[in-house]
Amino acid sequence: MLDFTAMTLAIGPELWLAATGLLGVLLGALLKDSFNGLSFKFGALVLFVAAGIAALTYQGGEAFNGLVETNTFVNFAKIVSFIVGGLALVMSEGFLKRHETARYEYALLTIFASLGMGIILSASNLMTLYMGIETLSLSSYVLAAFHRDSARSSEAGLKYVILGSLASGMLLYGASLVYGFSGTTFYAGIAAADLSVGLMFGMVLMIVGLAFKVSAAPMHVWTPDVYEGAPTPVGAFFGAAPKMAAMVVFANVMFQVFGDAMDQWQLIIAIIAGLSMLIGAFGGLTQTNIKRLLGYSSIANVGYALVAVAAGKELGAGPLLTFMTLYVVSSLGLFAAVLSMRRQGGMVEGISELGGLMSKRPLLAIALSVLIWSVAGLPPFGGFLGKWVVLEAGVSAGLYPLAIILVLASVVSLGYYLRLIKIMWFDEPTERFEAIDGSVSLVVLASSLFVIVFMIFFFLLSGWTDQAALGITA
Amino acid sequence: MGGFPILSALTFLPLVGALIIMAVRAATAGSSSSESANEGRTALLAGLVISGATFLVSLAAFFYYDPSTPGYQLVEQHVWYQSISYKLGIDGLSLPLILLTTFLTPICLLASWNSIHTRVTEYVVAFLVLETFMIGVFTALDLVLFYIFFEAGLIPMFLIIGIWGGKDKIYAAFKFFLYTLLGSLLMLVAVVYMYITAGSSDFEVLEKFAFDPHVQTWLWLAFMASFAVKLPMWPVHTWLPDAHVQAPTAGSVILAGVLLKMGGYGFLRFSLPMFPDASQLFQPAMFALAVVAIVYTSLVAWRQTDMKKLIAYSSVAHMGFVTLGVFSFTEIGVQGAIFQMISHGFISGALFLIVGVVYDRMHTREIAAYGGLVHRMPVYATLFMLFTMANVGLPGTSGFIGEILTMVGGFQASTWAAAGAALGVIFSAVYMLTLYRRTVFGQITNPELNELKDMNRIELVTIVPLALLTLLFGVAPNLIFNLTEGATQSILSLMAGG
Repeated sequence: MLDFTAMTLAIGPELWLAATGLLGVLLGALLKDSFNGLSFKFGALVLFVAAGIAALTYQGGEAFNGLVETNTFVNFAKIVSFIVGGLALVMSEGFLKRHETARYEYALLTIFASLGMGIILSASNLMTLYMGIETLSLSSYVLAAFHRDSARSSEAGLKYVILGSLASGMLLYGASLVYGFSGTTFYAGIAAADLSVGLMFGMVLMIVGLAFKVSAAPMHVWTPDVYEGAPTPVGAFFGAAPKMAAMVVFANVMFQVFGDAMDQWQLIIAIIAGLSMLIGAFGGLTQTNIKRLLGYSSIANVGYALVAVAAGKELGAGPLLTFMTLYVVSSLGLFAAVLSMRRQGGMVEGISELGGLMSKRPLLAIALSVLIWSVAGLPPFGGFLGKWVVLEAGVSAGLYPLAIILVLASVVSLGYYLRLIKIMWFDEPTERFEAIDGSVSLVVLASSLFVIVFMIFFFLLSGWTDQAALGITA
Repeated sequence: MGGFPILSALTFLPLVGALIIMAVRAATAGSSSSESANEGRTALLAGLVISGATFLVSLAAFFYYDPSTPGYQLVEQHVWYQSISYKLGIDGLSLPLILLTTFLTPICLLASWNSIHTRVTEYVVAFLVLETFMIGVFTALDLVLFYIFFEAGLIPMFLIIGIWGGKDKIYAAFKFFLYTLLGSLLMLVAVVYMYITAGSSDFEVLEKFAFDPHVQTWLWLAFMASFAVKLPMWPVHTWLPDAHVQAPTAGSVILAGVLLKMGGYGFLRFSLPMFPDASQLFQPAMFALAVVAIVYTSLVAWRQTDMKKLIAYSSVAHMGFVTLGVFSFTEIGVQGAIFQMISHGFISGALFLIVGVVYDRMHTREIAAYGGLVHRMPVYATLFMLFTMANVGLPGTSGFIGEILTMVGGFQASTWAAAGAALGVIFSAVYMLTLYRRTVFGQITNPELNELKDMNRIELVTIVPLALLTLLFGVAPNLIFNLTEGATQSILSLMAGG
């Protein structure tokens, strides 16, 4: 007997996404190419509504005999992921039109990827988790290779699929070990099982798989290549929506499934965090392609977020949500700025192309600078407080070396953030960019306003995230 | 004071002004990207009006401040996030530095009247934003709020050096930024720790909170990392000559006049009252660093061929006196340190303006390119003489009071440190008089100098007030001491375990 009320309360957004995704396929089959233009608005609307449903069913619930179980912690992540995913879709249309790849499959794949994100966030069983991860990954592989006529895009997709399959394999192997030693695939059952060596072995393999999904070092190597090769709007999507979802799932698995084994995994996560921060900081220094640079920046930021994970459930859950929210919004804005770098019909990606942006497009330059300062974690912008809460969690947990690495990595990564600022503000103007799509400049402005507004009204954001964190800590 | 948030108004008035200037510029310029000279002048004028108004507001704060009552005054407090509050207030330590800031900013903008020709609107905006952050550093009474202002100030200064600087501006801007940032981020870790341990980031709570002596050592070192770079102390002073040489004249004035003072302010506000045990522990090390800074950088200054570099090194030496006075832990020494900070703000600011005057005419800062300026520019030579003497520490100028008091304080704590510092006074006479002789006296050897005109009205308006204040505080130092006395005593009593 299916209890629809319970199902809706638990996974309403996923049901909505699955239904509308299939409807989209149907529309695509019926309307063929005439659906192309409409599909982007359709997809964005679907995602925004999904975010709305997640907000309405914020308290969450349990369904399918405990295969899915949601709470405020994961629902907060769902809302943010769906909104940034929808925004990424809105700003993709113009770009894809110019490249004559504005096909409805793009919007549908985004919807299905979001469905995957919803499922992994809702999962309370390893099988559900794996199913969701594969839904997300398969859609992502195709999205990365969406410019099928471009060698770079195909290469990015191929790299992603090979490395991603390896990581999925590891995750699956780890999950099977965990199942073998605990006798159950339910989160709660595993959490209650005795800690054995086999279980720890499985846990480590699962950490490897999840670290790949969030692009944490040393499983980060795919990130710069995929960010560079994939079409820019796809990079914008990857850097925002799945990043948020995967990071929260990572934390959720560590907190909920292996919560009692924290003294076992804390050091592993701390090392992954430290490595990610350092590799992200040093790796970005020599990059000349802005998309690769953003790839390294995302590795470093994942490292910061993992500091909150290493701090444990009670200290880290709220700060993780705060930090990731501020980061993914800024990341989306930065990619939107890359989308606006266009001249004579072609995209330009070299960071030197931003030369003299301040004198050509002051508003865009200021908004972009605000985002860069924010991602770099400098006051007086929101990113600083994101870093502050993460540091607070880390120091409270006694992770002093990690706190020191965090600030050192921040200084090093300032090396490339400052270079961007320098190019925009100090250098001689290069040729003027062509007019940008309204939706793109809207996203840049909105995200830079977001980091300013939530600096001043930070207590609002932190209040929401602290309350959301109660979903797993209370 | 009937609840009007005078300190918030003071702190954010320049920022609001900057936003208005930006908005007006965006509205009038439309899509055309280059600005006409006229628009630039208008922006400068607007900036002058706003910074002038800010100065008036700071005078109002001065008027409402009651030096006879101890503790923080004109306090405004609103809870911001958890136990972090938006809390502003002033005491006898911060008020003189605020007045210094609001006084120097209009002078800087005026000094840029004829020397900045490109992107003037942005320049004015950058200066006003910087002013907000500088005032915020001195008015904040919450550690996190302080940190936000402290670090945010790097951004406009980075742009000022990087856009309107000299030949190697990019290198200098990066060096300035990364050096200061590394120091302040180490401080951030300490700030987080203090916030968690004490459960508050309120100054008044932290001052009374007794940190474990062992922990104090680490916290003290983390704060020192930030303030030592900012002050700057030897051996982390090397960013300063580069930044000064490359920055535009007004940037140098603000850098030497206000930004360096944040280091001394930090020592007095945090290191002494909050970590008294660690401050005692490190007193000999600080004395050693102060004496090295005074003697070594004075000698380095002597060998400089670039005028701005010479004054920059002399700044490092004079900040050594501040360190000496602060860490003497005596009332006279601390009073002297605060006085020295104010006085150095006027003197070094004026010296950079004086270099700027000839730089605008000749476009070189090489000492060798000058000589015999007195024949062409008598007024200039007189003012230059006054500030040379003030920098040397001649009695009758404010420079003397600061140096003698810090040395007296230092003498009470350590005879050797004071003796070493006294050596620095002699060296400062050597390098300053050498500079003066080589640029002003002698015959005119460089034929281009024959075309020089004496200072114009704008230049006089920028430099003469500084000269008057230097003399005024030289003969009537109590004007400042009356303000700072209470704050000094409370810092020292907190240190003594109050």
